[in-house]
Amino acid sequence: MKDNIKGSNIFRHFKAEVKDNIELNKNHFLLTLSPLVENIMMPAGGQFYMLGVSTLYDPLMKRPFSVFRFSENRIQILYRVRGKGTAIMSRINSGCVLDVIGPLGNSYPMPPKKYTPLIVAGGIGIASLFSLIHCLKDKSVVIYGAKTKSELCMLDDLLGLVSGLTVCTDDGSYGKKATVLEALNDIAYDRDYLLYSCGPKEMLRKLAQFTLKKGLKGYISLEETMACGLGACLGCAVKTKNGYKRVCKEGTVFPIQDIAW
Amino acid sequence: MVNTEVTIGKLTLKNPVMTASGTFGYGEEYSEFVDLSRLGALVVKGISLKPMEGNPPPRISETPCGMLNAIGLQNIGLKKFINEKLPFIKGFDTCLIVNILGRTIDEYVRLSTELEASGLSAIELNVSCPNVKSGGIEFGTSQKALGRLTRKVRKAFKGTLIVKLSPKVSDIREFARLSEAEGADAISLINTVPAMAINIKTRMPVLSNVTGGLSGPAIKPIALRMVWEVASAVKIPIIGMGGIMNASDAIEFILAGATGVAVGTSNFRNPASVIEIIDGIESYMRENGIKHIKELIRGIIC
Repeated sequence: MKDNIKGSNIFRHFKAEVKDNIELNKNHFLLTLSPLVENIMMPAGGQFYMLGVSTLYDPLMKRPFSVFRFSENRIQILYRVRGKGTAIMSRINSGCVLDVIGPLGNSYPMPPKKYTPLIVAGGIGIASLFSLIHCLKDKSVVIYGAKTKSELCMLDDLLGLVSGLTVCTDDGSYGKKATVLEALNDIAYDRDYLLYSCGPKEMLRKLAQFTLKKGLKGYISLEETMACGLGACLGCAVKTKNGYKRVCKEGTVFPIQDIAW
Repeated sequence: MVNTEVTIGKLTLKNPVMTASGTFGYGEEYSEFVDLSRLGALVVKGISLKPMEGNPPPRISETPCGMLNAIGLQNIGLKKFINEKLPFIKGFDTCLIVNILGRTIDEYVRLSTELEASGLSAIELNVSCPNVKSGGIEFGTSQKALGRLTRKVRKAFKGTLIVKLSPKVSDIREFARLSEAEGADAISLINTVPAMAINIKTRMPVLSNVTGGLSGPAIKPIALRMVWEVASAVKIPIIGMGGIMNASDAIEFILAGATGVAVGTSNFRNPASVIEIIDGIESYMRENGIKHIKELIRGIIC
């Protein structure tokens, strides 16, 4: 479907062929899509796609996934198998064609020059932050944590991208034995940091308290169940200090201090 | 060339396909994906006099072949709708139907008169939302309340008056007959079916509202049966909805007695769904030698 608003021939609803769907480690997969139209809109870090994972009615809805990496003819999605939709998705073979809508939502704002980006990724939250890290490269300090080693993804790529990387696991099976919040305590806050984070809701909630205590500002990307991804169903509402906002439309990226936890 | 034109009250629709209220926003959200001028009618999200905040999340959940929602009628309110949304929608060549909801009869009357003053010619009374504490389904499940409401709004509003019925009644035909007797131009049915889901890990309801409205293919057979029942009870047109996902579903509703069909949950899954259904109905008519859509309405053989 053409983008009528801008009067251009850019597509945000298209079919894409699955090029690869590789299991990276337990329950984590990297899906590579090749759009079957030429003029797709290029995504920005933090944006997402709605993917039709089944042509049957169970599951019924498309599923939202952050853009992990992209080029002109490739969209990569890093995902974890969590429910019925992602379980089906993990069994999709190369050559299959998926219905895709996107890119959708807003994106991470670039940091003003005086700030050092402090990027905190919890678990599969790395999927949303990776393209931001890629864009900022060595300008940023990155903390990436997961429960255990088998939940860490794309470490080699990350190590190649950024030198200020701290990897931690809750059980100490890789990197520092700490949660990302504990790892944050080891940082000297004598610089102007601007936080960017994505991960489990509880982690983000604690991070909000932490940033308030430290006087930090920043952005988080939220995840909510959504049906349409276009702002119509109002299913993905999140409570902010200015009333309910749609994660798919006003988000997924919000200033961390705006969320009413 | 097939003729898909249908008449609902004072409206002439270029085809029978419309959007179901609450599933298509205010039209803008889909305008990038759908040529709104191709729609038979655009039914916008329910409007109340004052803006409504809606229910706390989680508001939606998927069930097998269906979806539960308890949005709680979040909307921007009448004033903002008229000032900010209406000018955009009016730019398209389609019929516009505004779904309205109130806590009291007076609120429904005010909404209809103010919309009429703004040039609106069709309203749909939402008397069947299962997700709010006052108003909504209270009117749709009491014959006395529905009768009074329809009568009062009918007196106040000259345009096309549609009453959207709830499936949460023992005999929907009685509510349809009553709406017709009190002056409704058409009846739309069904709204979502009150339902729930429980997370067995937390032992908590999946929705913060505990219960929600079930929509999608899971409710289609129920909706179809109710449209068929109502078709034998009233003479005014019926707008059928409930789990219409493709042209074949839409044709089933038309055969059961619907003059118009509304597409809801399917819009969430595929934003181009309404257009595919319009095209599919035309193809079916061509393939089966049907020149006018009227030949299909109530065309069920039984």
